[in-house]
Amino acid sequence: MKKNIKWWYIALGVALLLALAAPLVSSSPDGLERVAEDSGFLEHARDALFNLIPDYTFPGVSNPALATIAAGLLGTLLMFGIGFGLARLLRKKNETQLHR
Amino acid sequence: MHIPDGFINAATAGTAYAVSAAAVVVASKRARQRLGERHVPLIGVMAAFIFAAQMLNFPVAGGTSGHFLGAALAAILLGPWAGVLIMSAVLLVQSLVFQDGGLLALGANILNMGVIASFVAYYTFRGVAALTGESKRGRLAATFVASWLAVVLASLACALELAVSGTSPLRLVVPAMGGVHALIGIGEGIITTSVVALLAGVRADLLQLQKV
Repeated sequence: MKKNIKWWYIALGVALLLALAAPLVSSSPDGLERVAEDSGFLEHARDALFNLIPDYTFPGVSNPALATIAAGLLGTLLMFGIGFGLARLLRKKNETQLHR
Repeated sequence: MHIPDGFINAATAGTAYAVSAAAVVVASKRARQRLGERHVPLIGVMAAFIFAAQMLNFPVAGGTSGHFLGAALAAILLGPWAGVLIMSAVLLVQSLVFQDGGLLALGANILNMGVIASFVAYYTFRGVAALTGESKRGRLAATFVASWLAVVLASLACALELAVSGTSPLRLVVPAMGGVHALIGIGEGIITTSVVALLAGVRADLLQLQKV
Protein backbone atom coordinates (compact mmCIF):
# COMPACT_ATOMS: atom_id res chain seq x y z
CA MET A 1 0.00 0.00 0.00
CA LYS A 2 1.06 3.51 -0.82
CA LYS A 3 0.14 4.56 2.70
CA ASN A 4 3.26 2.86 3.97
CA ILE A 5 5.40 5.44 2.22
CA LYS A 6 6.31 7.94 4.89
CA TRP A 7 4.27 10.85 3.56
CA TRP A 8 5.76 13.14 6.13
CA TYR A 9 9.22 12.79 4.60
CA ILE A 10 7.74 14.60 1.63
CA ALA A 11 6.00 17.17 3.82
CA LEU A 12 9.20 17.84 5.75
CA GLY A 13 10.99 18.19 2.40
CA VAL A 14 8.47 20.85 1.37
CA ALA A 15 9.11 22.75 4.61
CA LEU A 16 12.87 22.60 4.00
CA LEU A 17 12.33 23.89 0.45
CA LEU A 18 10.45 26.85 1.92
CA ALA A 19 13.47 27.60 4.09
CA LEU A 20 15.61 27.67 0.93
CA ALA A 21 13.38 30.45 -0.42
CA ALA A 22 13.81 32.58 2.71
CA PRO A 23 16.52 34.92 1.29
CA LEU A 24 14.21 35.95 -1.57
CA VAL A 25 11.38 37.39 0.49
CA SER A 26 10.29 40.92 1.35
CA SER A 27 12.57 42.68 3.83
CA SER A 28 10.06 45.42 4.61
CA PRO A 29 9.06 45.82 8.26
CA ASP A 30 6.15 43.60 9.30
CA GLY A 31 2.75 44.83 10.48
CA LEU A 32 3.70 45.48 14.10
CA GLU A 33 7.06 47.07 13.17
CA ARG A 34 5.28 49.32 10.68
CA VAL A 35 2.76 50.45 13.31
CA ALA A 36 5.56 50.94 15.86
CA GLU A 37 7.52 53.06 13.41
CA ASP A 38 4.52 55.16 12.32
CA SER A 39 3.28 55.63 15.88
CA GLY A 40 6.75 56.43 17.20
CA PHE A 41 7.23 53.64 19.72
CA LEU A 42 9.73 51.55 17.75
CA GLU A 43 12.59 52.89 19.91
CA HIS A 44 10.94 51.29 22.96
CA ALA A 45 12.17 47.93 21.66
CA ARG A 46 14.95 46.57 23.81
CA ASP A 47 17.75 44.38 22.55
CA ALA A 48 17.46 40.68 23.22
CA LEU A 49 18.97 39.46 26.50
CA PHE A 50 21.34 37.26 24.50
CA ASN A 51 21.91 36.43 20.85
CA LEU A 52 22.16 33.00 19.27
CA ILE A 53 20.99 33.32 15.65
CA PRO A 54 19.52 36.84 15.53
CA ASP A 55 17.47 37.96 12.50
CA TYR A 56 17.47 34.43 11.09
CA THR A 57 21.06 34.97 10.03
CA PHE A 58 23.51 32.23 10.95
CA PRO A 59 26.51 33.95 12.56
CA GLY A 60 29.88 33.60 10.87
CA VAL A 61 28.49 32.91 7.39
CA SER A 62 29.60 35.80 5.21
CA ASN A 63 27.14 35.27 2.36
CA PRO A 64 23.85 36.71 3.68
CA ALA A 65 21.66 34.42 1.56
CA LEU A 66 23.49 31.33 2.81
CA ALA A 67 23.36 32.61 6.39
CA THR A 68 19.57 32.91 6.13
CA ILE A 69 19.22 29.50 4.49
CA ALA A 70 21.38 27.87 7.17
CA ALA A 71 19.30 29.47 9.92
CA GLY A 72 16.09 28.45 8.16
CA LEU A 73 17.12 24.83 7.63
CA LEU A 74 18.35 24.50 11.20
CA GLY A 75 15.16 26.01 12.62
CA THR A 76 12.91 23.88 10.42
CA LEU A 77 14.65 20.64 11.43
CA LEU A 78 14.71 21.72 15.06
CA MET A 79 10.96 22.41 14.99
CA PHE A 80 10.27 19.05 13.36
CA GLY A 81 12.25 17.32 16.11
CA ILE A 82 10.55 19.25 18.89
CA GLY A 83 7.05 18.81 17.46
CA PHE A 84 7.57 15.11 16.79
CA GLY A 85 9.21 14.52 20.18
CA LEU A 86 6.61 16.47 22.11
CA ALA A 87 3.71 14.66 20.40
CA ARG A 88 5.40 11.29 20.97
CA LEU A 89 5.86 12.09 24.63
CA LEU A 90 2.26 13.23 25.10
CA ARG A 91 0.43 10.62 23.02
CA LYS A 92 -1.84 8.21 24.79
CA LYS A 93 -0.21 4.90 25.39
CA ASN A 94 -2.95 2.34 24.66
CA GLU A 95 -3.67 3.70 21.21
CA THR A 96 -2.50 0.63 19.26
CA GLN A 97 -5.46 -1.47 20.42
CA LEU A 98 -7.95 1.31 19.85
CA HIS A 99 -7.23 2.43 16.30
CA ARG A 100 -5.87 -0.28 14.09
CA MET B 1 3.49 40.56 15.06
CA HIS B 2 6.15 39.16 17.38
CA ILE B 3 6.34 41.65 20.25
CA PRO B 4 9.93 42.52 21.22
CA ASP B 5 10.84 43.28 24.83
CA GLY B 6 10.16 46.88 25.80
CA PHE B 7 6.81 47.26 24.03
CA ILE B 8 4.67 45.96 26.88
CA ASN B 9 5.01 46.62 30.60
CA ALA B 10 5.79 44.07 33.32
CA ALA B 11 2.19 43.73 34.54
CA THR B 12 0.89 43.01 31.05
CA ALA B 13 3.75 40.63 30.25
CA GLY B 14 3.28 38.82 33.57
CA THR B 15 -0.48 38.47 33.16
CA ALA B 16 -0.03 37.17 29.63
CA TYR B 17 2.59 34.67 30.86
CA ALA B 18 0.16 33.36 33.49
CA VAL B 19 -2.68 32.93 30.99
CA SER B 20 -0.42 31.31 28.39
CA ALA B 21 1.17 28.97 30.92
CA ALA B 22 -2.29 27.83 32.06
CA ALA B 23 -3.31 27.28 28.43
CA VAL B 24 -0.19 25.19 27.75
CA VAL B 25 -0.89 23.04 30.83
CA VAL B 26 -4.48 22.40 29.73
CA ALA B 27 -3.29 21.75 26.16
CA SER B 28 -0.82 19.13 27.41
CA LYS B 29 -3.56 17.39 29.40
CA ARG B 30 -5.87 17.35 26.37
CA ALA B 31 -3.05 16.00 24.23
CA ARG B 32 -2.47 13.15 26.69
CA GLN B 33 -6.12 12.15 26.33
CA ARG B 34 -6.45 12.53 22.59
CA LEU B 35 -3.14 12.38 20.75
CA GLY B 36 -2.72 9.15 18.83
CA GLU B 37 0.19 7.55 17.04
CA ARG B 38 -0.94 9.06 13.74
CA HIS B 39 -0.83 12.60 15.09
CA VAL B 40 2.87 12.38 15.92
CA PRO B 41 4.47 12.94 12.49
CA LEU B 42 1.81 15.47 11.50
CA ILE B 43 2.57 17.59 14.55
CA GLY B 44 6.30 17.46 13.76
CA VAL B 45 5.69 18.45 10.15
CA MET B 46 3.22 21.15 11.18
CA ALA B 47 5.73 22.77 13.55
CA ALA B 48 8.45 22.61 10.87
CA PHE B 49 6.18 23.98 8.14
CA ILE B 50 4.92 26.85 10.32
CA PHE B 51 8.46 27.82 11.28
CA ALA B 52 9.70 27.78 7.67
CA ALA B 53 6.63 29.51 6.25
CA GLN B 54 6.84 32.24 8.89
CA MET B 55 10.23 33.22 7.46
CA LEU B 56 8.63 34.08 4.12
CA ASN B 57 7.51 37.68 4.39
CA PHE B 58 5.22 38.79 1.60
CA PRO B 59 4.74 42.47 0.74
CA VAL B 60 1.49 44.18 1.65
CA ALA B 61 0.62 47.83 1.02
CA GLY B 62 3.02 50.68 1.67
CA GLY B 63 6.49 49.27 2.36
CA THR B 64 5.09 46.79 4.85
CA SER B 65 5.33 43.02 4.87
CA GLY B 66 3.45 40.26 6.56
CA HIS B 67 4.03 36.59 7.04
CA PHE B 68 2.03 33.43 7.52
CA LEU B 69 1.11 32.77 11.13
CA GLY B 70 -0.04 29.15 10.99
CA ALA B 71 -2.23 28.92 14.07
CA ALA B 72 -5.35 28.56 11.91
CA LEU B 73 -3.82 25.75 9.86
CA ALA B 74 -2.73 23.88 12.99
CA ALA B 75 -6.05 24.43 14.78
CA ILE B 76 -8.24 23.49 11.81
CA LEU B 77 -6.29 20.30 11.08
CA LEU B 78 -5.44 19.21 14.61
CA GLY B 79 -7.74 21.11 16.96
CA PRO B 80 -7.32 24.29 19.03
CA TRP B 81 -5.33 22.78 21.90
CA ALA B 82 -2.89 21.19 19.46
CA GLY B 83 -2.66 24.64 17.87
CA VAL B 84 -1.72 26.09 21.27
CA LEU B 85 1.02 23.48 21.76
CA ILE B 86 2.49 23.82 18.27
CA MET B 87 2.44 27.62 18.23
CA SER B 88 3.93 27.77 21.74
CA ALA B 89 6.81 25.53 20.63
CA VAL B 90 7.43 27.62 17.51
CA LEU B 91 7.28 30.93 19.40
CA LEU B 92 9.54 29.60 22.15
CA VAL B 93 12.22 28.56 19.65
CA GLN B 94 11.88 31.79 17.68
CA SER B 95 12.38 33.79 20.86
CA LEU B 96 15.16 31.68 22.40
CA VAL B 97 17.19 30.79 19.33
CA PHE B 98 16.38 33.44 16.72
CA GLN B 99 15.68 36.47 18.94
CA ASP B 100 12.35 36.97 17.15
CA GLY B 101 9.92 38.10 19.84
CA GLY B 102 11.17 39.12 23.27
CA LEU B 103 11.73 36.58 26.03
CA LEU B 104 9.76 38.72 28.51
CA ALA B 105 7.04 39.25 25.88
CA LEU B 106 6.87 35.52 25.06
CA GLY B 107 3.75 35.02 27.19
CA ALA B 108 1.96 37.77 25.27
CA ASN B 109 3.12 36.40 21.93
CA ILE B 110 1.87 32.91 22.86
CA LEU B 111 -1.41 34.41 24.08
CA ASN B 112 -1.99 36.35 20.84
CA MET B 113 -0.60 34.08 18.15
CA GLY B 114 -1.02 30.75 19.93
CA VAL B 115 -4.06 30.79 22.19
CA ILE B 116 -6.30 33.50 20.72
CA ALA B 117 -5.47 32.75 17.08
CA SER B 118 -5.98 28.98 17.50
CA PHE B 119 -9.33 29.25 19.27
CA VAL B 120 -10.70 32.00 17.03
CA ALA B 121 -9.69 29.98 13.97
CA TYR B 122 -11.06 26.67 15.19
CA TYR B 123 -14.47 27.87 16.32
CA THR B 124 -14.93 30.25 13.38
CA PHE B 125 -14.10 27.35 11.08
CA ARG B 126 -16.58 25.07 12.83
CA GLY B 127 -19.29 27.75 12.79
CA VAL B 128 -18.93 28.76 9.15
CA ALA B 129 -18.55 25.13 8.02
CA ALA B 130 -21.80 24.26 9.83
CA LEU B 131 -23.59 27.24 8.27
CA THR B 132 -22.54 26.13 4.80
CA GLY B 133 -23.79 22.58 5.40
CA GLU B 134 -20.30 21.07 5.78
CA SER B 135 -19.89 21.02 1.99
CA LYS B 136 -16.40 20.85 0.48
CA ARG B 137 -16.58 24.43 -0.78
CA GLY B 138 -18.13 25.58 2.46
CA ARG B 139 -15.23 24.12 4.41
CA LEU B 140 -12.71 25.94 2.23
CA ALA B 141 -14.61 29.20 2.63
CA ALA B 142 -14.72 28.55 6.37
CA THR B 143 -10.95 27.97 6.36
CA PHE B 144 -10.36 31.31 4.65
CA VAL B 145 -12.64 33.29 6.97
CA ALA B 146 -11.25 31.57 10.08
CA SER B 147 -7.61 32.23 9.10
CA TRP B 148 -8.29 35.87 8.30
CA LEU B 149 -10.16 36.45 11.57
CA ALA B 150 -7.47 34.66 13.61
CA VAL B 151 -4.78 37.05 12.35
CA VAL B 152 -6.95 40.15 12.80
CA LEU B 153 -8.08 39.27 16.33
CA ALA B 154 -4.53 38.29 17.35
CA SER B 155 -3.35 41.70 16.14
CA LEU B 156 -6.14 43.44 18.07
CA ALA B 157 -5.13 41.57 21.23
CA CYS B 158 -1.57 42.76 20.59
CA ALA B 159 -2.87 46.33 20.14
CA LEU B 160 -4.79 46.09 23.40
CA GLU B 161 -1.64 44.93 25.24
CA LEU B 162 0.31 47.86 23.78
CA ALA B 163 -2.43 50.27 24.87
CA VAL B 164 -2.74 48.81 28.38
CA SER B 165 1.04 49.12 28.70
CA GLY B 166 0.80 52.82 27.83
CA THR B 167 2.98 52.33 24.75
CA SER B 168 0.47 53.71 22.28
CA PRO B 169 -3.04 55.15 22.71
CA LEU B 170 -5.88 52.68 22.14
CA ARG B 171 -7.67 54.86 19.57
CA LEU B 172 -4.51 54.90 17.42
CA VAL B 173 -3.02 51.46 17.86
CA VAL B 174 -6.24 49.45 17.44
CA PRO B 175 -7.13 50.76 13.96
CA ALA B 176 -3.47 50.76 12.91
CA MET B 177 -2.86 47.12 13.92
CA GLY B 178 -6.29 45.97 12.75
CA GLY B 179 -5.90 47.74 9.40
CA VAL B 180 -2.54 46.32 8.41
CA HIS B 181 -3.42 42.84 9.68
CA ALA B 182 -6.70 42.86 7.76
CA LEU B 183 -4.40 42.85 4.71
CA ILE B 184 -1.91 40.33 6.12
CA GLY B 185 -4.89 38.14 7.06
CA ILE B 186 -5.79 37.82 3.37
CA GLY B 187 -2.37 36.23 2.79
CA GLU B 188 -2.98 33.96 5.78
CA GLY B 189 -6.35 32.97 4.32
CA ILE B 190 -4.90 32.20 0.89
CA ILE B 191 -2.02 30.09 2.26
CA THR B 192 -4.11 28.18 4.82
CA THR B 193 -6.92 27.49 2.34
CA SER B 194 -4.43 26.33 -0.31
CA VAL B 195 -2.75 23.91 2.09
CA VAL B 196 -6.09 22.52 3.32
CA ALA B 197 -7.34 22.15 -0.28
CA LEU B 198 -4.11 20.39 -1.26
CA LEU B 199 -4.35 18.00 1.70
CA ALA B 200 -8.02 17.33 0.93
CA GLY B 201 -6.85 16.24 -2.52
CA VAL B 202 -3.87 14.08 -1.65
CA ARG B 203 -4.40 12.95 1.97
CA ALA B 204 -8.03 13.57 2.91
CA ASP B 205 -7.62 11.14 5.84
CA LEU B 206 -5.37 13.66 7.60
CA LEU B 207 -8.30 16.08 7.76
CA GLN B 208 -10.31 13.48 9.64
CA LEU B 209 -7.89 12.96 12.52
CA GLN B 210 -9.31 13.33 16.02
CA LYS B 211 -9.08 16.99 17.03
CA VAL B 212 -7.14 17.86 20.14
